[in-house]
Amino acid sequence: MVVRVQAADFDLAAELSDFGLGAGAVVTFTGLVRDHDQGGLREMLIEHYPAMTEPALTAIEARAKSRWNLADSLIIHRFGALKPGDRIMMVATAARHRGDAFQAAEFLMDYLKSRAPFWKKEITDKGESWVAAKDSDEAAIDRWS
Amino acid sequence: MIDILYFAWLRERIGLPRESLATEAATVAELIAELSMREERYRLAFSDLAAVRVAVDQTMVEFDAPLKGAREVAFFPPMTGG
Repeated sequence: MVVRVQAADFDLAAELSDFGLGAGAVVTFTGLVRDHDQGGLREMLIEHYPAMTEPALTAIEARAKSRWNLADSLIIHRFGALKPGDRIMMVATAARHRGDAFQAAEFLMDYLKSRAPFWKKEITDKGESWVAAKDSDEAAIDRWS
Repeated sequence: MIDILYFAWLRERIGLPRESLATEAATVAELIAELSMREERYRLAFSDLAAVRVAVDQTMVEFDAPLKGAREVAFFPPMTGG
């Protein structure tokens, strides 16, 4: 079980080369910076709360581990100034069977959205604005309770 | 003394990322009231508490949470990770 919060990019292949060896099933998700709905995204600034981020991610990971039969898990989340198409974050889960790996990965993603202390600001050709949380993010968490 | 941290648009509206304050506030709500009395920029930042979340010593709490023994209070909008 590993959690990393970093400014630097990560290498998906390198991260996964020996992840979940012998587990049977590995699921990965990678989040990329997508363009603004109206286009023109120049940069996405990701701010976080350093003293809280790793404990929050570790707590989310522990919940997933208590709920599914996981052999391993990995969460990497970046902060700082990113460009369209850049990798923002990834989760990987390893389990004996794919059901546990898929569900745990979805659970981790849902919790990362609204329970990990990150905030995104979009800088576009027309100006800048903070990305607002969506009601659907909370609904996504409710389905796990 | 208590450290108060602000993130995202709260940091921008208040104009600083953190400050230390000697306060008698017994709860988060009392602290918000005290800050809001100080200056307009605080009052504006805290004018819609439905858009504000708070953590005491890195744990999310409700606005009625006590501050006794707290070292760090952080105010921020709903998180947008992932």
